[in-house]
This record gives sequence, structure tokens and C-alpha cells, in this order.
Amino acid sequence: MPPLTFTYQVPGDDFTRAGEASGQLKRTLKKIGFNADVIRRVSIAMYEAEINMVIHANGGEIEAQVSPEKIEIWFRDQGPGIPDISLAMKEGYSTAPDNVRSLGFGAGMGLPNIKKYSDTLEIDTELGVGTTLHVIINAE
Amino acid sequence: MTIRDVMQILDAELICGEQLLDTEVHTACGADMMSDVLAFVKDQSVLLTGLINPQVVRTADMMDMRCIVFVRGKVPEEQVTELAVERDIVLLKTPLRMFTACGRLYEKGLRGGC
Repeated sequence: MPPLTFTYQVPGDDFTRAGEASGQLKRTLKKIGFNADVIRRVSIAMYEAEINMVIHANGGEIEAQVSPEKIEIWFRDQGPGIPDISLAMKEGYSTAPDNVRSLGFGAGMGLPNIKKYSDTLEIDTELGVGTTLHVIINAE
Repeated sequence: MTIRDVMQILDAELICGEQLLDTEVHTACGADMMSDVLAFVKDQSVLLTGLINPQVVRTADMMDMRCIVFVRGKVPEEQVTELAVERDIVLLKTPLRMFTACGRLYEKGLRGGC
């Protein structure tokens, strides 16, 4: 059976709506009947990536492919790109603006959290062109 | 304890979620940094925070938390309450500050959980 595919557009101009796509996929996975731990790992990784898209890249597109064995997600944006990935992966390193910090984000935990909760994380980034995150979370 | 107990212990007012007040809770987390909640929290059911934006509700939802307590008398806007109603999350507000609110709950048996 081919995986179920879900796509979401993430608007870049409204931080209050960031997380809407993650909430939708979470409820879908619940209905399908994935176990709670898998759902939480997907939710956290996706939520962090979605927030990142809004903060740093003026939004983007998320594609999720769901099969019984794994949940695979691509986050594609046309933002500024990540100049130094190893620095961005460091816990506590953040380039988020102050207004985002005042909302409880921008602690430099986004990418480290995505890595922590996923089984595979690939980052494809080009300065001035955009970034694609490829995340796999095994369900078995 | 139940969320109703949490409400009494903190002299809190209910903002929404009355039908969920008898939900059992065992663990809690106090934080203003939502990234830290996402990074370090596991199986906590109550979130105490001084932030009142919609991302607090979304964060709690992602972590399967059942109740958010706004400390220092803060009150969220209507859209935050609507989101909490939609996600079945109880919202409470207490005049207590973070340290005191956490301390009272700890004293009555609620734990950090990790």
C-alpha cells in the first residue's frame, strides 16, 4: 500500500498560527491509531520545524508521507538558508529575533529538538535559495 | 490529585474546561520557555507559565498536557481560550507567582516527573 500523503502550506506572516499544521497531522495520526510515543515524537519535531519556517524563512511547505512503518516529512522553505549547520545544531545557539523570544521560542533548541525526536534528520540548505529538512520517524 | 484540586490549591479561577476538572494529574512543569518544555518534558500533565500567547496552548497540546495554569494573574486573549477549548485543555489563572504556585503543588504531592 502506498503511503498516505498530506501537504500543508505554512504562512510566514502569522506566528500565532504556527503549529496549525502540526496539530492537524497529530490528530490524523491519532485517528489512524499510531502509538502515543510515536505521535508525540512526530508532533514535537514537526512543531519545531514549523516554528522555524515561520521565524526564519517566511513560511513554506510541509509534505508528510505516512505508512505503518514510518512517518517521513519534508519541510521546504525559500528562506535565507543556514550559513553554518553545525552551529545551528548546537543547543542554545539562536538567531531568532527578540519578539520571538518573548513568545517562548528562540532558545536555540529547535534543530537539536528535531534531531533528538527523529530517527533521521537530513538538512539540505543553500544560502539565498532555501532549506529542506527531511525527517524520518520510525513507527515500529 | 485532580485539576479541581490544583485549582483550589492555587486559589485559581477557571477560564475554560469545566467538564475536565475531575481529570487526574500527577506531574507538572513550570516554564516560560516553550522550547524547553518541548525539549525536556515527558508525561507532565500540568503546565504553569507566565506566557499567554497561543503557542502555549499548542505546546501543551503537542505534549498531551491536560491543564495550563497562568501565573501572576495573567489572562489570555479570547483566541487562546478558543484554541484550548478546541484541544480539550483546561485553562486556569492564579494570582500567585511561579515559584509559589509550583511550591504549593509540590507540597501537596504533585511532582516534576523526570
